[in-house]
Amino acid sequence: MAEYAANGEMPEVLFWVGCAGSFDQRAQRITRAFTQILDKVGVKFAILGKEEMCTGDPARRAGNEFLFQMMAYNNINTLNAYGIKKVVTICPHCFNVFKNEYPKLGGNYEVMHHTTFLQQLINEGKVVLKDGGAFKGKKITYHDSCYLGRGNGIYEAPREVLQAFDTELVEMKRCRSNGMCCGAGGAQMFKEEEQGSTRINFDRAEQALETGATIIAANCPFCTTMLTDGVKNKEKEDSVKVLDIAEMVAMSL
Amino acid sequence: MHIAQQILFIICAVAAVYFFAKKVKEMRRNVLLGRDEDLTDNKDQRWRNMVLLALGQKKMFKKPIPALLHLVVYAGFIIINIEILEIFIDGVTGAHRIFAPFLGSLYSFLVGFFEVLAALVLIGCVVFLIRRNILKVGRLNMPELNGWPRNDANLILVTEVVLMSLFLIMNAADLSLQQLGAEHYTATEPFWISGHLTGMFSGMSAGTLVAIERTCWWLHILGIFLFLNYLPYSKHLHVILAFPNAFYAKLVPQGEARNMKEIQNEVLYMMEPDKAPAATGDATPPRFGAKDIMDLSWKNLLDAYSCTECGRCTSSCPANLTGKKLSPRKIMMDTRDRMEEVGKNINENGEFKDDGKSLLHGYISVEELRACTTCQACVEACPVSIDPLDIIMQLRRNLIMEESNAPGEWNLMFGNVENNMAPWKFSPDDRDAWVREA
Repeated sequence: MAEYAANGEMPEVLFWVGCAGSFDQRAQRITRAFTQILDKVGVKFAILGKEEMCTGDPARRAGNEFLFQMMAYNNINTLNAYGIKKVVTICPHCFNVFKNEYPKLGGNYEVMHHTTFLQQLINEGKVVLKDGGAFKGKKITYHDSCYLGRGNGIYEAPREVLQAFDTELVEMKRCRSNGMCCGAGGAQMFKEEEQGSTRINFDRAEQALETGATIIAANCPFCTTMLTDGVKNKEKEDSVKVLDIAEMVAMSL
Repeated sequence: MHIAQQILFIICAVAAVYFFAKKVKEMRRNVLLGRDEDLTDNKDQRWRNMVLLALGQKKMFKKPIPALLHLVVYAGFIIINIEILEIFIDGVTGAHRIFAPFLGSLYSFLVGFFEVLAALVLIGCVVFLIRRNILKVGRLNMPELNGWPRNDANLILVTEVVLMSLFLIMNAADLSLQQLGAEHYTATEPFWISGHLTGMFSGMSAGTLVAIERTCWWLHILGIFLFLNYLPYSKHLHVILAFPNAFYAKLVPQGEARNMKEIQNEVLYMMEPDKAPAATGDATPPRFGAKDIMDLSWKNLLDAYSCTECGRCTSSCPANLTGKKLSPRKIMMDTRDRMEEVGKNINENGEFKDDGKSLLHGYISVEELRACTTCQACVEACPVSIDPLDIIMQLRRNLIMEESNAPGEWNLMFGNVENNMAPWKFSPDDRDAWVREA
């Protein structure tokens, strides 16, 4: 972003990578897949790079409002200084904070989750999926993340992207507004689960495996990690893959 | 004889309304113990929510079978209560079936219709009793329901069965008396259901029948008066509070957490000291988050009174489903119990005297709060717009910001966010390292 600013230019959209997309090795693959699509389509985008910071979401959900407000203050200052208008992100937690929580703190941006962004690119004909691509005839199930689904009511855009593949989309028993959490939200990602009979991600992965799908499509780097672990727990990692929708699109270009 | 009955009726009616009104006032006071929150914006949407969610029971229909049964019982119970109007006028004036001469055959049709509803309510309640006690539906048989909550539920259902039976038997005795040409018993056409029940009274004298009819009439109306006064102590209060609760429901997206303006300002003044107002010196720092019910919003407390303990929240909670201690329903029940305890404390002492207890720790444990993934499944599941997550979040805030009570891993995460700008211990300089490998 600093380079754009130095040249007096504005990108079409700021890509908010998020902490998982920046640092987590598995999630970096999602980040690269998404930027590969953006490059291919020729979208002029920027990242904040080293200037990007955690949105504060895990701190807020854990109860540390001070830390959240600190992070929010710094991020909003950076974004406003650059005059950012439009943001796209691959993380539904970042998306939720941008869409619903930063506006009250003076950060007003048009924000899109990458699945909605991809759906629009496909609808506009800018992204054309290969005929009979990598997923032809495969059974796919889709996991609604809490903060995209229930949190913000986005259920159809990701499904529309999946329908653009030549595949069979099967729903889990719990889907859409009744979808079940992967177990990472509410800052659970960063601590051991409380005492219980099983792990949430094990349960959710089992529900996904019950559909008989060989691909579990996700829209969140944390869900991707949790579900991958859940699939491994059932020793199904050789036959069933957990993929972000951006990765699936990138593989089918 | 009639005069005595009329006087007795008026005394009972006045007492029932008086005691109910008194309790309503007390509940209102308890709810207003909560923090102030303005929820009067966007009235159109609020009225729409009330019509769709409370009257239309939109969210109930996510589970179609109980929803249908519930609709029958609810609609039946409400519509049959129109009949109460006549019973009330009869009771005060000493008349009998005062509307019958005016309405003619329409009267018999209406009462017949009420009887069909009464029979449906009766069947519905019996099925509910079976679901609860014989089929043992999972969400209706969880540990937090042990003791009073379970008895409360069964008592409500049995009461409704009894009230509906009394109504039908009363009508059947009435019809038998009409057939005998008893004085005072206005002739009507046979009612649809009780018309078939008169057989059980064949051969009885008019005196016995009058006794049966009067007993049923009195037990029915006294039952209703008692039931009205039972509501404030029962989960059944939702028949009334579902309406205001849907009206005041959260209108912003479910993913949005409540902002803490006081901390937002604190951070602002820290970063830009010139914006800070001059210190007044007398300000007691507010308590961050919620430790007790007085720290919650009044809407959280209204939520607690509106909860009918159906358990749709808990049966969709990922933490609960995987054996963790958290149950969103228990959060609501605990909040109500603590609110009632504080209410009693105020009744006894004139104002709240510190009793050394609190909602946090005393009722809701740290382990429960820590299990929440903030997935909002409970919020989504509630048919009457209760938000258990909002309470969980406020208690969590108190744990972290007032007690510094966090698991070690969270403290590490906080430290990383603060120093490395990410929840993991990576160097901020490597945030764009992925580009090099792209």
